[in-house]
Amino acid sequence: MTASSIADNPPPPGDARPSVSGKAVRPGDRIFLGLSRGSGIALLVIMAAIAVFLTYRSVLAISGDKADFLTTFDWNATGTEPKFGIAVLAFGTVVSSVIAMLIAVPVAVGIALFISHYAPRKLASPLGYVIDLLAAVPSIVYGLWGALFLVPHLSGLYGWLNDYLGWTGIFSYSQGAARSLFTVGILLAIMILPIVTSVSREVFLQVPRMHEEAALALGATRWEVIRMAVLPFGRSGVISASMLGLGRALGETMAVATVLSPSFLISASLLDPGGGTFAQNIASKFSEADQFGQDALIASGLVLFVITLLVNGAARLIIARRKEYSGAAA
Amino acid sequence: MAKRIDVSGLSAYYGGHKAIDDISMTIEPRTVTAFIGPSGCGKSTFLRTLNRMHEVTPGGRVEGKVLLDDENLYGTGVDPVAVRRTVGMVFQRPNPFPTMSIFDNVAAGLRLNGSYKKSELKDIVEKSLKGANLWNEVKDRLNKPGSGLSGGQQQRLCIARAIAVEPQVLLMDEPCSALDPISTLAIEDLIGELKERFTIVIVTHNMQQAARVSDRTAFFNLAAVGQPGKLIEIDETERIFSNPSVQATEDYISGRFG
Amino acid sequence: MSVITDRRTVANDRNPLPVSLKQARLPRWTPPVLALVAAGAGCGIGLAAGLDSTVQWGLIAVLLFIAGTFVLSAAVEGGRQAKDRLATSLVWVAFLLAVVPLASLLWETVARGSKVLDGYFLSHSMGTLPDAMPGGGIYHAIIGTLEQVGLATLIAAPVGLLTAIYLVEYGRGRLARAVTFFVDVMTGIPSIVAGLFVLSVWILILGFGPSGFAGSMALAILMMPVVVRSTEEMLKLVPNELREASLALGVPKWRTILKVVLPTSIGGITTGVMLAIARITGETAPVLLLVWGAKTINNNPFEDAQQSLPLYVFQQWQQGSEASYDRAWAAALVLIAFVMILNLVARGIARWKAPKHAGR
Repeated sequence: MTASSIADNPPPPGDARPSVSGKAVRPGDRIFLGLSRGSGIALLVIMAAIAVFLTYRSVLAISGDKADFLTTFDWNATGTEPKFGIAVLAFGTVVSSVIAMLIAVPVAVGIALFISHYAPRKLASPLGYVIDLLAAVPSIVYGLWGALFLVPHLSGLYGWLNDYLGWTGIFSYSQGAARSLFTVGILLAIMILPIVTSVSREVFLQVPRMHEEAALALGATRWEVIRMAVLPFGRSGVISASMLGLGRALGETMAVATVLSPSFLISASLLDPGGGTFAQNIASKFSEADQFGQDALIASGLVLFVITLLVNGAARLIIARRKEYSGAAA
Repeated sequence: MAKRIDVSGLSAYYGGHKAIDDISMTIEPRTVTAFIGPSGCGKSTFLRTLNRMHEVTPGGRVEGKVLLDDENLYGTGVDPVAVRRTVGMVFQRPNPFPTMSIFDNVAAGLRLNGSYKKSELKDIVEKSLKGANLWNEVKDRLNKPGSGLSGGQQQRLCIARAIAVEPQVLLMDEPCSALDPISTLAIEDLIGELKERFTIVIVTHNMQQAARVSDRTAFFNLAAVGQPGKLIEIDETERIFSNPSVQATEDYISGRFG
Repeated sequence: MSVITDRRTVANDRNPLPVSLKQARLPRWTPPVLALVAAGAGCGIGLAAGLDSTVQWGLIAVLLFIAGTFVLSAAVEGGRQAKDRLATSLVWVAFLLAVVPLASLLWETVARGSKVLDGYFLSHSMGTLPDAMPGGGIYHAIIGTLEQVGLATLIAAPVGLLTAIYLVEYGRGRLARAVTFFVDVMTGIPSIVAGLFVLSVWILILGFGPSGFAGSMALAILMMPVVVRSTEEMLKLVPNELREASLALGVPKWRTILKVVLPTSIGGITTGVMLAIARITGETAPVLLLVWGAKTINNNPFEDAQQSLPLYVFQQWQQGSEASYDRAWAAALVLIAFVMILNLVARGIARWKAPKHAGR
């Protein structure tokens, strides 16, 4: 690798791979490098443009808002006195996504363990394949199924929850179609289940055989093997899978728009219809919005974007920290 | 503490493939028995049938009997978990749990079986680490991850982990093959000490090692690739290395094949 | 060695060694029988209490099964085995819990979708048909989806591919780190936000109307990071020895990339691109904002509103009549079939090309 001292290849700073020729860069190389670097730069430009334009339109909208954008329980972006705020949307988005995570993550870890450690071997790999395929089903199909099949099947369950848990307030339910945030949460959970399962399964399958055998040889039962060797090894993978799922749940539009019966109220009950999410609100308000109304929706979209960025950033931090630990340990 | 192992008519399979064929032998308590033989002769597979680890390999299946004193490991109603707790194992590559500290690694097996007071746990961990000749090297960093140790130390940590639950028998599957000569020497010395307490069975590729550490040596061979491995002979180590009764053994130990 | 003897006695009396290797075990048929009993009891209780939702029956049965196994095992086999059984039943329940809705989703789509799905449905648009009337089709939506996805791929695939090449083959500096970081950020963009961005620039500022192309731009933004990531993975799999061997022969770097690196990884790259296409084909939100939907055939993606399959499903659902529900299910079935076929083919390519990588 002494060639690197001869090679003087200015464009890629710190390029470790030496250029074979010590002479000037060939035109072919220059063009190719230019193209590929240009693409990278184009990507950066797009990201910058997204940030700039969304912010610009949002500023237009928020400065025209006659009410507090963060705390108002209303979305009326037309007329001379536009009043709109994201309080209900933020609440609905977070609550439905949290419900989805609470349901989906344990179940997904269960299925992933089922495929990697419990299922008969003949069943395991086709199952993994089917899960991967299910992850590709478009969200609008989940939305259609949710609206026409899931909703009618849930009102009985909700009545039941109301009978036994209604006193909590959270689970009180007055009759009617089950088009509530809780239903949205359930549907989102079903929707992100395949992707969370798929990623978790990959991680569980990567657990080194020798760690599992170490636990087995100490006289561990199957569950103890999983607790000692599989789960600690897979933890950061499960976290990143969950965050991937959470990102999808937060930004999901169609599955929410079809199932939820929206309103601009925050009610203590999760089972009663009402509430809204950022994406659902954009989709349902868009067709009747004038230009200012569209700006207002863009402003709410920007908030959604920031929230998903924070979630993804948090996930990356967690993973980086875990990696450091296991890196030091490896 | 240590028990006698009596194997009769044991065969093991991987799916449809027969890996070892009709093996019978007796292993006396508080001795070191070494298994030698060319690659693929089934000595590791055989070792893993002695604590029912073979059957965790997908498709793994065993026929025959393994008596531990008078109890058949493969009898009806025998719990493989209890078997593995009674017959400890050390693997080819050191495999401490990467997410656990040194202390937790040694205590891992104990914690599976009922509750110990903190002080009891400490005592046993210390004794086990001393028993594995590792205490002096790690006593100041018991809370550091076990995988931060050197390869030889990790292997001794795994031995400490295995002996902490006081098994009857200790199986070692080429425990030194991933280690440097000095670490190997440390492990060999340790085996000499451990045989006062345990019945030890060790698989090794290294004939000098077998000669150094073992009381008895078993030679395994296979007729051809794809054929099941067989026990050729088992005898006092000295006899095997000086005057074996089978020609193939002599050929192997004098380096004519394998 | 007297020390060791000492040690042994101390450790010994604290160790609850199993007296025997035999442990009381539940017979092998216990879990299935218990499952049947629990299922029966669940239905029984559900019927007796007059619970109208089968969801409840299932939940009761599941709880009975889990509790029954645990109690029985704890009584016969002891605490550790009981915990193991509890974990096993929970894992099975998780699996069944997930299979039920996912199987129902596929079943409903196929059963309800096949009702009106025929040659006429595939080859006709909605035209002037009133929404509540049966009839009509998705030809216009298929055309729209193919054009929009095709255009998006034409934009995103080259940019994504070249960016990945830059990151793997050239990039080591600050620019590369920035690109890597923002590709991660871009992966997390919700699809509706991508739609809003194009809306703000293309329609609100530049003043264009809705068109298939506007939708394509948003889809391309969603597709790029996926292509970059998967291509990067594939390029990293190409062994460095191959590159060095080629460079050592005096082949310029760009030709090494084109003639050695890309051909080696082309299978995986194709798979990645096809999976990305499958993903954006199902995207509805940006299409809703930018393409608007139409009832008639519009072959020109650069002008006027178009239809697309996912949007068609949504709009037919919105109509709320039996006939439009039927059409929505049928279109959903076509959409799923399309996405599944893309997936299957992509994975087929990956498998077919895989052995060539396997040499390492």
